[in-house]
Amino acid sequence: MIRASISKKFPAGDESAGFTLDVKFEAEPGVTVLYGPSGAGKTLTLDAIAGFLQPDAGRVLLGERILFDSGAGVHLRPQERRCGYVFQNYALFPHMTVRQNLAFAAYELPRLERHRRIAELLDRFRLNDLAGRYPRELSGGQKQRASIARALIAEPSALLLDEPARGLDAQLRADLFGVVRELRKSLRIPILLVTHDLEECFALADKVLIYEGGRIAHRGAPLKLLGNPGTAEVARLLGDFNIYEAEVLALDPGRQTSRIRLLGCEMTGPHLRACFRGDRVTLCARPEELKLVTKPGDNRIRVDLVRATERPQSIRADFGDQLIVDVPREVWSGRPDALWVEIPATSLRQLSA
Amino acid sequence: MAAPHTPIDWFPLWLSLEVAFAATLISLVLGIWLAWLLANRQFSGKDLLDAITTLPLALPPTVLGYYLLVVIGRNSWIGRAWEATTGTTLVFTWRAAVIASTLHAIPLLVKSSRAALESVDHACERAARSLGAAEWRIFWRVSLPLARRPIAAATALAFARSLGDFGATLMIAGDIPGRTQTAAIAIFDAVESGDTIVARTLVIVISIVTAGFVFLANRLEQRRQPA
Repeated sequence: MIRASISKKFPAGDESAGFTLDVKFEAEPGVTVLYGPSGAGKTLTLDAIAGFLQPDAGRVLLGERILFDSGAGVHLRPQERRCGYVFQNYALFPHMTVRQNLAFAAYELPRLERHRRIAELLDRFRLNDLAGRYPRELSGGQKQRASIARALIAEPSALLLDEPARGLDAQLRADLFGVVRELRKSLRIPILLVTHDLEECFALADKVLIYEGGRIAHRGAPLKLLGNPGTAEVARLLGDFNIYEAEVLALDPGRQTSRIRLLGCEMTGPHLRACFRGDRVTLCARPEELKLVTKPGDNRIRVDLVRATERPQSIRADFGDQLIVDVPREVWSGRPDALWVEIPATSLRQLSA
Repeated sequence: MAAPHTPIDWFPLWLSLEVAFAATLISLVLGIWLAWLLANRQFSGKDLLDAITTLPLALPPTVLGYYLLVVIGRNSWIGRAWEATTGTTLVFTWRAAVIASTLHAIPLLVKSSRAALESVDHACERAARSLGAAEWRIFWRVSLPLARRPIAAATALAFARSLGDFGATLMIAGDIPGRTQTAAIAIFDAVESGDTIVARTLVIVISIVTAGFVFLANRLEQRRQPA
């Protein structure tokens, strides 16, 4: 288990704005995804844990071991941290074959154990036929597997993966997801995975830390986050949310509902916390929770199509005004000209400002 | 009447090659160590060290030779210590010529090796650290092999350069035929005494050897592939 609190100030330079990293989190064995836009501090967090970045203040614990403690003046060298780090560009040694790359990492092991361990990992990551090749003779996916195998040779206490799916095509991404899931099952160590890809995030995460501007804006299990993004900022980062400003017309705590004015229409809303009549609230809804219907009614808005996009399972229909709806194919193909979108009260979730 | 035919004395050429070889070897070891210090370590006086290693490139060779006389001459403590332990002097021997040539070759090696070490993909060095490798092992197995081409090119150039030192060598090793007279100095002597055959022969041989090493250096530099 990793317990980290890291804060580090990067002063503004001639060409760069200042940046402050200030995060605190725990990562249990399993996959913790650090999700967020580029430049939010995700890789810096990995660097601080691996020992390549010395925070100004904080504490990093890996299991029972203290890797960094500003108060006690502890800052272990990367060599002593036992963190397997898989770099963005894989960082395989270009002048060594795959086998030599693994052997470099197995240097500390006794000779027989070394050979056994290398053979085991070559086998496990399907690298047997590639053991004699140099990194420049490998494809992206093969380099990736070699890089993960090398990081695991010395049996690290944590595995850090920096954007592992970057630059891989769909098939290789699927392979990678398989590898990470297999590691999650077999390794019982915390795996930190940095990504700005939503699909990767939800495919792999046991827990998500959402990074924004050097801090963790939200955290939790992936499905829980989708159910309750918490703030408009997080909803935007998670993508795929329709976000609305609405006016509170009436509150009905007894029935756990409200009346709101949304996109100019009066409709039934969800139970709203901490607000009064006349307040403005921010609500969000996911495109697949909105319904395309053919008759007017409660919570329904008359719409005109702006743009339709093909998606693997559905059609994404954009009606402007933040009305984006994922429509099943069969519904889409039989649609009439006159259309309404229904926004069910249960699909609307309140965001704090 | 034919000119008196004196057989060409090849000693100066062999001496030059031996001195250049020894000087290149010493400056390779020292130069890479200094380059590693300058590329990887933060310490006070780093700028000063950087300046001092560059100085031999800029100073007139006679000035360099004068400093050397002050530092390793018979009255300096190094000179006295050497005489006390070996019974011979340091100045006016082939050893002094090696020292002069080393000083000539070292700035090239430090500058090129430093640039080469600094351009090694740092992710590789970081990866090695996270894999638990000690710093010396990272240097020998990762950094140095990845920087080997530009360092080899600089070594070839350094050899060519130490082959040709004149001023500093003359000041500190002198011009003793058969003992400290290097090819560069022999050429000067031959021209002075009007011995054009010797002068031309040595000039041609030195030119060919030097050109060969420069060519080698360029080849090594060019074949650097992006990793």
